[in-house]
Amino acid sequence: MIEIRFHGRGGQGAVTSAELLAIAAIDYGKYAQAFPSFGPERRGAPVGAFTRISDESIRTREKVYEPDIVLVLDATILEIVDVTDGLKDNGIIIINTNKSESEIRELTGFKGKLALVDGTKIALDCLGLPITNTTMLGALLKAAPVIPLDAINVPLTKRFGKIAEKNLNALNKAYQETHIKE
Amino acid sequence: MARRVGIEVSIAVSEAVKLADVDLIAAYPITPQTHIVEHLSELVADGELDAEFVPVESEHSAMSSCIGSSAAGARTYTATSSQGLALMLEVCYIASSLRLPIVMTIVDRSLSGPLSIWNDHSDLMMERDIGWIQIVALNGQEIFDMTLHSFKIAEDHNVMLPTQVHMDGFTLSHVIEPIEILDKAEVDKFLKPYVSPMSLDPEKPVTIGAVGVPEVYTEGRKAQEEALLNSKDVILRTWKEFGDLFGRYYEPIGTYKADDAEIIFITMGSITETCMSAVDQMRQDGKKVGIAYIRLWRPFPFDELIEAVTKADALVVIDRAISHGGPGGPLASEIKSALYHQAQRPFVNSFIAGLGGRDITINVFKEMVEKTEKTMKKGVEPGYEFIGVKE
Repeated sequence: MIEIRFHGRGGQGAVTSAELLAIAAIDYGKYAQAFPSFGPERRGAPVGAFTRISDESIRTREKVYEPDIVLVLDATILEIVDVTDGLKDNGIIIINTNKSESEIRELTGFKGKLALVDGTKIALDCLGLPITNTTMLGALLKAAPVIPLDAINVPLTKRFGKIAEKNLNALNKAYQETHIKE
Repeated sequence: MARRVGIEVSIAVSEAVKLADVDLIAAYPITPQTHIVEHLSELVADGELDAEFVPVESEHSAMSSCIGSSAAGARTYTATSSQGLALMLEVCYIASSLRLPIVMTIVDRSLSGPLSIWNDHSDLMMERDIGWIQIVALNGQEIFDMTLHSFKIAEDHNVMLPTQVHMDGFTLSHVIEPIEILDKAEVDKFLKPYVSPMSLDPEKPVTIGAVGVPEVYTEGRKAQEEALLNSKDVILRTWKEFGDLFGRYYEPIGTYKADDAEIIFITMGSITETCMSAVDQMRQDGKKVGIAYIRLWRPFPFDELIEAVTKADALVVIDRAISHGGPGGPLASEIKSALYHQAQRPFVNSFIAGLGGRDITINVFKEMVEKTEKTMKKGVEPGYEFIGVKE
Protein backbone atom coordinates (compact mmCIF):
# COMPACT_ATOMS: atom_id res chain seq x y z
CA MET A 1 0.00 0.00 0.00
CA ILE A 2 1.23 3.47 -0.94
CA GLU A 3 0.24 6.42 1.25
CA ILE A 4 0.41 9.97 -0.08
CA ARG A 5 0.05 13.23 1.83
CA PHE A 6 -0.85 16.43 -0.01
CA HIS A 7 0.01 19.84 1.42
CA GLY A 8 -1.55 23.01 0.10
CA ARG A 9 -3.44 26.08 1.10
CA GLY A 10 -7.25 26.15 1.22
CA GLY A 11 -8.48 26.87 -2.31
CA GLN A 12 -5.45 25.50 -4.16
CA GLY A 13 -7.03 22.13 -4.73
CA ALA A 14 -5.07 19.71 -2.56
CA VAL A 15 -8.28 17.81 -1.86
CA THR A 16 -9.12 17.66 -5.57
CA SER A 17 -5.63 16.28 -6.29
CA ALA A 18 -6.04 13.56 -3.68
CA GLU A 19 -9.54 12.69 -4.93
CA LEU A 20 -8.67 12.59 -8.61
CA LEU A 21 -5.72 10.32 -7.96
CA ALA A 22 -7.86 7.91 -5.93
CA ILE A 23 -10.66 7.87 -8.51
CA ALA A 24 -8.14 7.24 -11.29
CA ALA A 25 -6.57 4.38 -9.31
CA ILE A 26 -9.99 2.83 -8.64
CA ASP A 27 -10.99 3.16 -12.32
CA TYR A 28 -7.68 1.51 -13.18
CA GLY A 29 -8.75 -1.49 -11.07
CA LYS A 30 -6.83 -0.79 -7.89
CA TYR A 31 -8.15 -0.07 -4.42
CA ALA A 32 -7.85 3.48 -3.13
CA GLN A 33 -9.05 5.93 -0.50
CA ALA A 34 -8.89 9.71 -0.53
CA PHE A 35 -9.84 12.01 2.29
CA PRO A 36 -9.23 15.55 3.48
CA SER A 37 -7.75 16.50 6.83
CA PHE A 38 -11.07 16.70 8.60
CA GLY A 39 -11.85 20.10 9.93
CA PRO A 40 -13.12 23.58 9.25
CA GLU A 41 -11.01 24.69 6.30
CA ARG A 42 -10.39 28.25 5.24
CA ARG A 43 -9.14 29.70 2.02
CA GLY A 44 -5.41 30.38 2.31
CA ALA A 45 -4.76 28.35 5.47
CA PRO A 46 -2.50 25.28 5.28
CA VAL A 47 -4.58 22.17 4.52
CA GLY A 48 -3.83 18.52 4.03
CA ALA A 49 -5.34 15.69 2.04
CA PHE A 50 -4.49 12.03 1.77
CA THR A 51 -4.61 9.18 -0.74
CA ARG A 52 -3.99 5.49 -0.20
CA ILE A 53 -3.50 3.16 -3.18
CA SER A 54 -3.22 -0.61 -2.93
CA ASP A 55 -3.57 -3.77 -4.98
CA GLU A 56 -5.64 -5.24 -2.16
CA SER A 57 -8.73 -4.06 -0.33
CA ILE A 58 -7.75 -1.28 2.10
CA ARG A 59 -8.82 -2.06 5.62
CA THR A 60 -7.82 0.89 7.70
CA ARG A 61 -9.43 4.17 8.72
CA GLU A 62 -6.36 5.46 10.49
CA LYS A 63 -5.05 8.84 9.52
CA VAL A 64 -1.90 8.74 7.40
CA TYR A 65 1.04 9.00 9.81
CA GLU A 66 3.93 7.64 7.73
CA PRO A 67 3.46 8.59 4.09
CA ASP A 68 5.53 7.15 1.26
CA ILE A 69 5.06 10.28 -0.80
CA VAL A 70 4.54 13.94 0.11
CA LEU A 71 3.28 16.41 -2.47
CA VAL A 72 3.58 20.14 -1.78
CA LEU A 73 1.35 22.37 -3.87
CA ASP A 74 2.67 25.62 -2.40
CA ALA A 75 6.31 26.07 -1.40
CA THR A 76 5.47 28.86 1.09
CA ILE A 77 4.15 26.06 3.28
CA LEU A 78 7.70 24.73 3.75
CA GLU A 79 8.35 27.63 6.13
CA ILE A 80 5.42 26.85 8.45
CA VAL A 81 4.77 23.10 8.15
CA ASP A 82 7.28 20.27 8.55
CA VAL A 83 6.39 18.42 5.37
CA THR A 84 8.92 15.67 6.17
CA ASP A 85 6.94 14.66 9.29
CA GLY A 86 6.60 10.88 9.43
CA LEU A 87 7.89 10.40 5.88
CA LYS A 88 9.25 6.88 5.35
CA ASP A 89 13.05 6.52 5.03
CA ASN A 90 12.89 5.88 1.30
CA GLY A 91 10.09 8.41 0.86
CA ILE A 92 9.90 11.11 -1.77
CA ILE A 93 8.87 14.76 -1.60
CA ILE A 94 7.46 16.50 -4.67
CA ILE A 95 7.40 20.30 -4.51
CA ASN A 96 5.95 23.08 -6.61
CA THR A 97 8.77 25.62 -6.50
CA ASN A 98 11.01 27.83 -8.59
CA LYS A 99 13.80 27.46 -6.04
CA SER A 100 16.94 25.40 -6.60
CA GLU A 101 17.56 21.98 -5.10
CA SER A 102 20.10 23.37 -2.62
CA GLU A 103 17.71 26.08 -1.43
CA ILE A 104 14.97 23.49 -0.88
CA ARG A 105 17.32 21.13 0.96
CA GLU A 106 18.40 23.96 3.22
CA LEU A 107 14.79 24.95 3.90
CA THR A 108 13.56 21.42 4.65
CA GLY A 109 16.68 19.69 5.92
CA PHE A 110 15.54 16.78 3.76
CA LYS A 111 18.29 14.55 2.34
CA GLY A 112 16.19 12.00 0.44
CA LYS A 113 14.60 11.87 -2.99
CA LEU A 114 13.18 15.21 -4.18
CA ALA A 115 11.17 16.06 -7.28
CA LEU A 116 10.96 19.73 -8.19
CA VAL A 117 8.90 21.59 -10.77
CA ASP A 118 7.73 25.19 -11.21
CA GLY A 119 4.09 24.18 -11.18
CA THR A 120 2.78 27.70 -10.64
CA LYS A 121 4.44 28.91 -13.85
CA ILE A 122 3.02 25.94 -15.77
CA ALA A 123 -0.45 26.54 -14.32
CA LEU A 124 -0.32 30.24 -15.20
CA ASP A 125 0.83 29.40 -18.76
CA CYS A 126 -1.74 26.67 -19.36
CA LEU A 127 -4.72 27.74 -17.22
CA GLY A 128 -4.13 31.41 -16.54
CA LEU A 129 -4.60 30.66 -12.83
CA PRO A 130 -2.10 29.77 -10.09
CA ILE A 131 -4.09 26.65 -9.14
CA THR A 132 -1.75 23.68 -9.32
CA ASN A 133 -3.85 20.68 -8.31
CA THR A 134 -3.88 19.01 -11.73
CA THR A 135 -0.42 20.32 -12.69
CA MET A 136 1.20 18.75 -9.67
CA LEU A 137 -0.47 15.39 -10.33
CA GLY A 138 1.72 15.31 -13.46
CA ALA A 139 4.78 15.88 -11.28
CA LEU A 140 3.64 13.17 -8.87
CA LEU A 141 3.14 10.58 -11.60
CA LYS A 142 6.60 11.36 -13.01
CA ALA A 143 8.33 10.99 -9.65
CA ALA A 144 6.21 8.09 -8.37
CA PRO A 145 4.32 6.23 -11.11
CA VAL A 146 1.65 4.78 -8.80
CA ILE A 147 -0.69 4.52 -11.81
CA PRO A 148 -0.01 5.07 -15.52
CA LEU A 149 -0.11 8.74 -16.58
CA ASP A 150 -3.05 8.28 -18.95
CA ALA A 151 -5.20 6.65 -16.24
CA ILE A 152 -5.90 10.16 -14.97
CA ASN A 153 -7.45 11.37 -18.27
CA VAL A 154 -11.00 10.12 -17.84
CA PRO A 155 -11.58 11.18 -14.21
CA LEU A 156 -9.95 14.54 -14.88
CA THR A 157 -12.14 15.11 -17.93
CA LYS A 158 -15.25 14.19 -15.93
CA ARG A 159 -14.31 16.58 -13.13
CA PHE A 160 -13.25 19.57 -15.25
CA GLY A 161 -15.51 19.37 -18.32
CA LYS A 162 -14.85 22.34 -20.57
CA ILE A 163 -11.51 23.21 -19.00
CA ALA A 164 -10.30 19.61 -18.90
CA GLU A 165 -8.02 19.96 -21.91
CA LYS A 166 -6.15 22.93 -20.41
CA ASN A 167 -5.72 20.98 -17.19
CA LEU A 168 -4.45 17.93 -19.05
CA ASN A 169 -1.95 20.13 -20.89
CA ALA A 170 -0.70 21.50 -17.58
CA LEU A 171 -0.47 18.00 -16.13
CA ASN A 172 1.48 16.67 -19.11
CA LYS A 173 3.80 19.66 -19.15
CA ALA A 174 4.58 19.21 -15.46
CA TYR A 175 5.21 15.51 -16.13
CA GLN A 176 7.86 16.51 -18.67
CA GLU A 177 9.44 19.31 -16.66
CA THR A 178 9.70 17.62 -13.26
CA HIS A 179 13.32 17.06 -12.20
CA ILE A 180 14.11 14.24 -9.84
CA LYS A 181 17.00 14.75 -7.44
CA GLU A 182 18.23 11.60 -5.70
CA MET B 1 -25.38 -3.52 -14.49
CA ALA B 2 -23.78 -2.50 -11.24
CA ARG B 3 -20.59 -0.52 -11.71
CA ARG B 4 -17.60 -0.18 -9.41
CA VAL B 5 -16.74 3.48 -9.03
CA GLY B 6 -14.51 5.67 -6.93
CA ILE B 7 -17.02 7.92 -5.19
CA GLU B 8 -17.33 9.95 -2.01
CA VAL B 9 -19.36 7.91 0.45
CA SER B 10 -21.82 10.78 1.08
CA ILE B 11 -22.49 11.05 -2.64
CA ALA B 12 -23.04 7.29 -2.83
CA VAL B 13 -25.71 7.66 -0.13
CA SER B 14 -27.45 10.36 -2.20
CA GLU B 15 -27.31 8.07 -5.21
CA ALA B 16 -28.94 5.30 -3.18
CA VAL B 17 -31.70 7.69 -2.12
CA LYS B 18 -32.20 8.61 -5.77
CA LEU B 19 -32.31 4.94 -6.77
CA ALA B 20 -34.95 4.41 -4.06
CA ASP B 21 -37.00 7.03 -5.91
CA VAL B 22 -38.05 8.93 -2.80
CA ASP B 23 -41.00 11.30 -2.99
CA LEU B 24 -39.90 13.87 -0.42
CA ILE B 25 -36.68 15.01 1.21
CA ALA B 26 -36.80 17.56 4.02
CA ALA B 27 -33.43 18.47 5.45
CA TYR B 28 -31.28 21.13 7.00
CA PRO B 29 -27.53 21.09 6.35
CA ILE B 30 -25.11 20.33 9.18
CA THR B 31 -21.48 19.18 9.14
CA PRO B 32 -20.63 16.37 8.36
CA GLN B 33 -23.98 15.42 6.81
CA THR B 34 -23.90 18.35 4.35
CA HIS B 35 -22.67 16.64 1.18
CA ILE B 36 -25.57 14.17 1.19
CA VAL B 37 -28.31 16.78 1.15
CA GLU B 38 -26.39 19.18 -1.09
CA HIS B 39 -26.13 16.46 -3.71
CA LEU B 40 -29.77 15.48 -3.30
CA SER B 41 -30.91 19.07 -3.75
CA GLU B 42 -28.84 19.19 -6.96
CA LEU B 43 -30.37 15.95 -8.19
CA VAL B 44 -33.86 17.34 -7.58
CA ALA B 45 -33.03 20.75 -9.10
CA ASP B 46 -31.52 19.09 -12.20
CA GLY B 47 -34.61 16.94 -12.67
CA GLU B 48 -32.68 13.70 -12.13
CA LEU B 49 -34.81 12.87 -9.12
CA ASP B 50 -38.54 13.56 -9.25
CA ALA B 51 -39.08 14.49 -5.60
CA GLU B 52 -39.99 17.42 -3.40
CA PHE B 53 -36.93 18.89 -1.71
CA VAL B 54 -38.08 20.94 1.29
CA PRO B 55 -35.28 23.25 2.46
CA VAL B 56 -36.56 23.73 5.97
CA GLU B 57 -35.31 26.24 8.54
CA SER B 58 -34.24 23.70 11.19
CA GLU B 59 -33.95 19.99 11.90
CA HIS B 60 -37.05 20.19 14.09
CA SER B 61 -38.94 21.32 11.01
CA ALA B 62 -37.19 18.72 8.86
CA MET B 63 -38.56 15.84 10.92
CA SER B 64 -41.95 17.55 11.23
CA SER B 65 -42.15 17.81 7.43
CA CYS B 66 -41.08 14.20 7.12
CA ILE B 67 -43.87 13.15 9.46
CA GLY B 68 -46.49 14.98 7.40
CA SER B 69 -45.09 13.56 4.18
CA SER B 70 -44.87 10.00 5.43
CA ALA B 71 -48.35 10.17 6.96
CA ALA B 72 -49.64 11.23 3.54
CA GLY B 73 -48.16 8.03 2.08
CA ALA B 74 -44.99 9.40 0.47
CA ARG B 75 -41.58 7.70 0.55
CA THR B 76 -39.69 10.09 2.81
CA TYR B 77 -36.03 10.72 3.57
CA THR B 78 -33.87 13.01 5.67
CA ALA B 79 -30.32 13.12 7.03
CA THR B 80 -28.63 14.88 9.91
CA SER B 81 -25.86 14.80 12.52
CA SER B 82 -25.19 15.58 16.15
CA GLN B 83 -26.65 18.93 17.27
CA GLY B 84 -29.12 18.79 14.41
CA LEU B 85 -30.29 15.41 15.60
CA ALA B 86 -30.58 16.76 19.14
CA LEU B 87 -32.83 19.56 17.92
CA MET B 88 -34.86 17.03 15.96
CA LEU B 89 -35.15 14.57 18.82
CA GLU B 90 -38.51 15.75 20.18
CA VAL B 91 -40.14 14.99 16.86
CA CYS B 92 -38.26 11.70 16.31
CA TYR B 93 -40.26 10.10 19.14
CA ILE B 94 -43.44 11.06 17.33
CA ALA B 95 -42.28 9.53 14.05
CA SER B 96 -41.80 6.14 15.68
CA SER B 97 -44.96 6.19 17.77
CA LEU B 98 -46.99 7.18 14.69
CA ARG B 99 -45.30 4.20 12.96
CA LEU B 100 -44.12 6.23 9.98
CA PRO B 101 -41.47 4.56 7.78
CA ILE B 102 -39.16 7.55 7.39
CA VAL B 103 -35.57 6.73 6.48
CA MET B 104 -32.82 8.91 7.96
CA THR B 105 -29.07 8.79 7.45
CA ILE B 106 -27.19 9.90 10.53
CA VAL B 107 -23.64 10.95 9.87
CA ASP B 108 -22.35 10.39 13.36
CA ARG B 109 -20.68 13.28 15.15
CA SER B 110 -19.98 14.13 18.76
CA LEU B 111 -22.22 16.47 20.76
CA SER B 112 -21.04 19.79 22.19
CA GLY B 113 -19.21 20.65 24.31
CA PRO B 114 -16.53 21.35 23.78
CA LEU B 115 -17.81 22.15 20.34
CA SER B 116 -16.69 19.37 18.02
CA ILE B 117 -17.61 18.57 14.45
CA TRP B 118 -15.74 15.26 14.52
CA ASN B 119 -16.89 11.72 14.78
CA ASP B 120 -18.00 9.59 17.69
CA HIS B 121 -21.21 7.78 18.63
CA SER B 122 -22.75 10.25 21.09
CA ASP B 123 -25.57 11.02 18.66
CA LEU B 124 -26.11 7.35 17.84
CA MET B 125 -26.54 6.52 21.52
CA MET B 126 -28.79 9.55 22.10
CA GLU B 127 -31.24 7.84 19.72
CA ARG B 128 -31.13 4.49 21.46
CA ASP B 129 -34.45 4.59 23.28
CA ILE B 130 -36.68 6.39 20.78
CA GLY B 131 -38.15 3.36 19.05
CA TRP B 132 -36.44 3.64 15.68
CA ILE B 133 -34.62 0.80 13.94
CA GLN B 134 -30.88 1.60 14.08
CA ILE B 135 -28.44 0.07 11.60
CA VAL B 136 -24.71 0.84 11.57
CA ALA B 137 -22.46 0.73 8.50
CA LEU B 138 -18.85 -0.41 8.36
CA ASN B 139 -17.82 1.16 5.08
CA GLY B 140 -19.09 2.95 1.98
CA GLN B 141 -20.49 -0.16 0.32
CA GLU B 142 -22.47 -1.02 3.43
CA ILE B 143 -24.03 2.43 3.81
CA PHE B 144 -25.04 2.39 0.12
CA ASP B 145 -26.63 -1.06 0.47
CA MET B 146 -28.19 -0.33 3.86
CA THR B 147 -29.83 2.83 2.57
CA LEU B 148 -31.68 0.69 0.04
CA HIS B 149 -32.46 -1.97 2.66
CA SER B 150 -33.89 0.62 5.01
CA PHE B 151 -36.77 1.72 2.81
CA LYS B 152 -37.82 -1.88 2.30
CA ILE B 153 -37.54 -2.72 5.98
CA ALA B 154 -39.23 0.45 7.27
CA GLU B 155 -42.13 0.26 4.80
CA ASP B 156 -42.87 -3.43 5.31
CA HIS B 157 -46.44 -3.58 6.62
CA ASN B 158 -45.28 -5.83 9.44
CA VAL B 159 -42.79 -3.18 10.53
CA MET B 160 -43.93 0.39 9.71
CA LEU B 161 -41.19 2.00 11.76
CA PRO B 162 -38.75 4.80 10.99
CA THR B 163 -35.23 3.58 10.34
CA GLN B 164 -31.85 5.18 10.90
CA VAL B 165 -28.72 4.19 9.06
CA HIS B 166 -25.55 5.38 10.77
CA MET B 167 -22.18 6.12 9.31
CA ASP B 168 -19.17 7.73 10.88
CA GLY B 169 -18.72 11.41 10.13
CA PHE B 170 -15.65 12.27 8.06
CA THR B 171 -13.91 8.89 8.54
CA LEU B 172 -16.59 7.48 6.24
CA SER B 173 -18.70 10.34 4.97
CA HIS B 174 -15.88 12.34 3.37
CA VAL B 175 -13.83 9.44 2.00
CA ILE B 176 -13.59 8.49 -1.65
CA GLU B 177 -13.44 4.73 -2.00
CA PRO B 178 -14.56 2.02 -4.42
CA ILE B 179 -18.30 1.30 -4.17
CA GLU B 180 -20.43 -0.90 -6.37
CA ILE B 181 -23.39 1.25 -7.41
CA LEU B 182 -26.42 -0.79 -8.48
CA ASP B 183 -28.40 0.39 -11.48
CA LYS B 184 -32.08 1.33 -11.42
CA ALA B 185 -33.30 -1.97 -12.92
CA GLU B 186 -31.42 -3.91 -10.24
CA VAL B 187 -32.77 -1.73 -7.44
CA ASP B 188 -36.29 -2.01 -8.85
CA LYS B 189 -36.08 -5.79 -8.55
CA PHE B 190 -35.36 -5.41 -4.85
CA LEU B 191 -37.31 -2.32 -3.80
CA LYS B 192 -40.92 -1.83 -4.93
CA PRO B 193 -42.82 1.47 -4.69
CA TYR B 194 -44.17 2.26 -1.25
CA VAL B 195 -47.76 1.31 -0.61
CA SER B 196 -49.00 2.93 2.55
CA PRO B 197 -51.41 0.82 4.62
CA MET B 198 -53.17 3.92 5.90
CA SER B 199 -52.45 7.43 4.71
CA LEU B 200 -53.97 10.81 5.36
CA ASP B 201 -56.74 11.47 2.89
CA PRO B 202 -59.05 14.53 2.94
CA GLU B 203 -61.86 12.30 1.60
CA LYS B 204 -61.60 10.00 4.62
CA PRO B 205 -60.41 12.17 7.49
CA VAL B 206 -58.81 10.51 10.53
CA THR B 207 -56.94 11.84 13.55
CA ILE B 208 -53.43 10.62 14.17
CA GLY B 209 -51.24 11.56 17.08
CA ALA B 210 -54.12 12.13 19.47
CA VAL B 211 -53.61 12.35 23.22
CA GLY B 212 -52.89 9.05 25.00
CA VAL B 213 -54.67 9.10 28.31
CA PRO B 214 -53.36 6.78 31.05
CA GLU B 215 -55.92 4.16 29.99
CA VAL B 216 -54.25 3.70 26.57
CA TYR B 217 -50.69 5.08 26.75
CA THR B 218 -49.12 1.88 28.06
CA GLU B 219 -50.91 -0.17 25.40
CA GLY B 220 -49.56 2.13 22.71
CA ARG B 221 -46.03 1.79 24.05
CA LYS B 222 -46.27 -1.99 24.27
CA ALA B 223 -47.56 -2.20 20.71
CA GLN B 224 -44.64 -0.07 19.57
CA GLU B 225 -42.15 -2.25 21.44
CA GLU B 226 -43.60 -5.40 19.87
CA ALA B 227 -43.37 -3.82 16.44
CA LEU B 228 -39.70 -3.02 16.95
CA LEU B 229 -38.92 -6.52 18.23
CA ASN B 230 -40.85 -8.08 15.36
CA SER B 231 -38.97 -5.97 12.83
CA LYS B 232 -35.95 -8.21 13.27
CA ASP B 233 -37.49 -11.02 11.19
CA VAL B 234 -38.14 -8.57 8.37
CA ILE B 235 -34.62 -7.15 8.64
CA LEU B 236 -33.11 -10.64 8.38
CA ARG B 237 -35.39 -11.54 5.47
CA THR B 238 -34.58 -8.31 3.65
CA TRP B 239 -30.83 -8.82 4.07
CA LYS B 240 -31.16 -12.40 2.81
CA GLU B 241 -33.15 -11.28 -0.21
CA PHE B 242 -30.58 -8.57 -1.00
CA GLY B 243 -27.74 -11.07 -0.62
CA ASP B 244 -29.45 -13.57 -2.93
CA LEU B 245 -29.86 -10.87 -5.58
CA PHE B 246 -26.53 -9.08 -5.36
CA GLY B 247 -24.17 -11.39 -3.46
CA ARG B 248 -23.59 -9.14 -0.46
CA TYR B 249 -25.03 -10.74 2.68
CA TYR B 250 -25.44 -8.90 5.97
CA GLU B 251 -25.89 -10.19 9.51
CA PRO B 252 -26.88 -8.32 12.69
CA ILE B 253 -23.54 -9.28 14.25
CA GLY B 254 -20.66 -9.59 11.83
CA THR B 255 -17.58 -11.56 12.85
CA TYR B 256 -13.94 -11.57 11.83
CA LYS B 257 -11.63 -14.43 12.86
CA ALA B 258 -13.83 -14.88 15.92
CA ASP B 259 -14.37 -18.66 15.72
CA ASP B 260 -11.24 -19.70 17.62
CA ALA B 261 -10.53 -16.31 19.21
CA GLU B 262 -9.63 -16.13 22.88
CA ILE B 263 -10.09 -12.36 22.94
CA ILE B 264 -12.86 -10.77 20.88
CA PHE B 265 -13.20 -7.05 20.19
CA ILE B 266 -16.73 -5.69 20.13
CA THR B 267 -16.89 -2.75 17.73
CA MET B 268 -19.38 -0.57 15.87
CA GLY B 269 -18.87 1.36 12.66
CA SER B 270 -15.81 2.25 10.66
CA ILE B 271 -13.21 1.47 13.34
CA THR B 272 -13.99 -2.17 12.64
CA GLU B 273 -11.88 -2.19 9.47
CA THR B 274 -8.84 -0.76 11.25
CA CYS B 275 -9.48 -3.34 13.96
CA MET B 276 -9.37 -6.09 11.29
CA SER B 277 -5.88 -4.95 10.28
CA ALA B 278 -4.87 -4.90 13.96
CA VAL B 279 -6.25 -8.45 14.37
CA ASP B 280 -4.26 -9.63 11.33
CA GLN B 281 -1.04 -8.23 12.84
CA MET B 282 -1.73 -9.66 16.29
CA ARG B 283 -2.54 -13.07 14.78
CA GLN B 284 0.91 -13.02 13.14
CA ASP B 285 2.32 -12.56 16.64
CA GLY B 286 0.40 -15.63 17.76
CA LYS B 287 -2.42 -13.90 19.59
CA LYS B 288 -5.81 -15.49 19.06
CA VAL B 289 -7.94 -12.38 18.62
CA GLY B 290 -11.06 -11.69 16.59
CA ILE B 291 -13.94 -9.24 16.21
CA ALA B 292 -17.71 -9.26 16.61
CA TYR B 293 -19.13 -6.06 15.21
CA ILE B 294 -22.60 -4.65 15.71
CA ARG B 295 -24.55 -3.83 12.56
CA LEU B 296 -27.99 -3.89 14.15
CA TRP B 297 -28.14 -1.78 17.29
CA ARG B 298 -31.94 -1.56 17.63
CA PRO B 299 -33.58 -4.02 17.90
CA PHE B 300 -30.49 -5.43 19.63
CA PRO B 301 -29.60 -8.94 18.40
CA PHE B 302 -29.08 -10.62 21.77
CA ASP B 303 -29.12 -14.21 20.45
CA GLU B 304 -26.62 -13.54 17.68
CA LEU B 305 -24.30 -11.72 20.06
CA ILE B 306 -24.31 -14.56 22.57
CA GLU B 307 -23.70 -17.07 19.77
CA ALA B 308 -20.73 -15.03 18.51
CA VAL B 309 -18.88 -14.31 21.74
CA THR B 310 -19.59 -16.69 24.60
CA LYS B 311 -16.79 -19.11 23.70
CA ALA B 312 -14.14 -16.40 24.09
CA ASP B 313 -12.14 -15.89 27.29
CA ALA B 314 -12.45 -12.11 27.15
CA LEU B 315 -14.22 -9.32 25.31
CA VAL B 316 -12.67 -5.95 24.58
CA VAL B 317 -15.67 -3.66 24.21
CA ILE B 318 -15.02 -0.33 22.52
CA ASP B 319 -17.49 2.42 23.24
CA ARG B 320 -17.36 5.68 21.30
CA ALA B 321 -19.78 7.39 23.66
CA ILE B 322 -20.24 7.72 27.41
CA SER B 323 -23.25 7.24 29.61
CA HIS B 324 -22.25 9.95 32.06
CA GLY B 325 -22.51 8.89 35.65
CA GLY B 326 -23.59 5.41 34.59
CA PRO B 327 -21.76 2.16 33.94
CA GLY B 328 -19.35 3.61 31.34
CA GLY B 329 -20.15 2.99 27.72
CA PRO B 330 -23.65 2.14 26.48
CA LEU B 331 -22.29 -0.67 24.30
CA ALA B 332 -20.47 -2.36 27.17
CA SER B 333 -23.58 -1.99 29.26
CA GLU B 334 -25.60 -3.77 26.59
CA ILE B 335 -23.04 -6.54 26.18
CA LYS B 336 -22.93 -7.16 29.91
CA SER B 337 -26.69 -7.41 30.18
CA ALA B 338 -26.75 -9.74 27.16
CA LEU B 339 -24.35 -12.08 28.95
CA TYR B 340 -25.96 -11.92 32.39
CA HIS B 341 -27.94 -15.14 32.00
CA GLN B 342 -25.06 -17.15 30.56
CA ALA B 343 -23.70 -19.81 32.89
CA GLN B 344 -20.23 -19.25 31.44
CA ARG B 345 -19.41 -15.85 30.20
CA PRO B 346 -16.28 -14.11 29.01
CA PHE B 347 -14.36 -11.52 31.01
CA VAL B 348 -15.51 -8.07 29.84
CA ASN B 349 -13.00 -5.23 29.55
CA SER B 350 -14.58 -1.94 28.57
CA PHE B 351 -12.87 1.00 26.89
CA ILE B 352 -14.07 4.46 25.96
CA ALA B 353 -12.16 5.47 22.83
CA GLY B 354 -12.28 7.64 19.76
CA LEU B 355 -14.31 10.49 21.25
CA GLY B 356 -14.68 13.67 19.22
CA GLY B 357 -12.59 12.42 16.31
CA ARG B 358 -9.64 11.00 18.27
CA ASP B 359 -8.04 8.43 15.99
CA ILE B 360 -8.12 4.78 17.08
CA THR B 361 -4.97 3.39 15.51
CA ILE B 362 -3.80 -0.19 15.15
CA ASN B 363 -1.50 0.40 18.13
CA VAL B 364 -4.45 1.46 20.29
CA PHE B 365 -6.20 -1.86 19.53
CA LYS B 366 -3.02 -3.71 20.51
CA GLU B 367 -2.77 -1.71 23.72
CA MET B 368 -6.33 -2.67 24.62
CA VAL B 369 -5.48 -6.36 24.23
CA GLU B 370 -2.34 -6.01 26.36
CA LYS B 371 -4.29 -4.24 29.09
CA THR B 372 -6.97 -6.91 28.95
CA GLU B 373 -4.41 -9.71 29.27
CA LYS B 374 -3.01 -8.00 32.36
CA THR B 375 -6.36 -7.48 34.05
CA MET B 376 -7.36 -11.08 33.26
CA LYS B 377 -4.29 -12.29 35.16
CA LYS B 378 -5.45 -10.29 38.16
CA GLY B 379 -8.81 -11.98 37.74
CA VAL B 380 -10.80 -8.89 38.65
CA GLU B 381 -13.11 -7.47 36.02
CA PRO B 382 -12.39 -3.74 35.86
CA GLY B 383 -14.96 -1.03 35.40
CA TYR B 384 -14.18 1.00 32.34
CA GLU B 385 -11.25 3.01 31.13
CA PHE B 386 -10.77 6.02 28.88
CA ILE B 387 -7.93 4.88 26.63
CA GLY B 388 -5.18 7.24 25.56
CA VAL B 389 -6.42 10.11 27.69
CA LYS B 390 -3.85 12.81 28.49
CA GLU B 391 -3.67 13.37 32.25
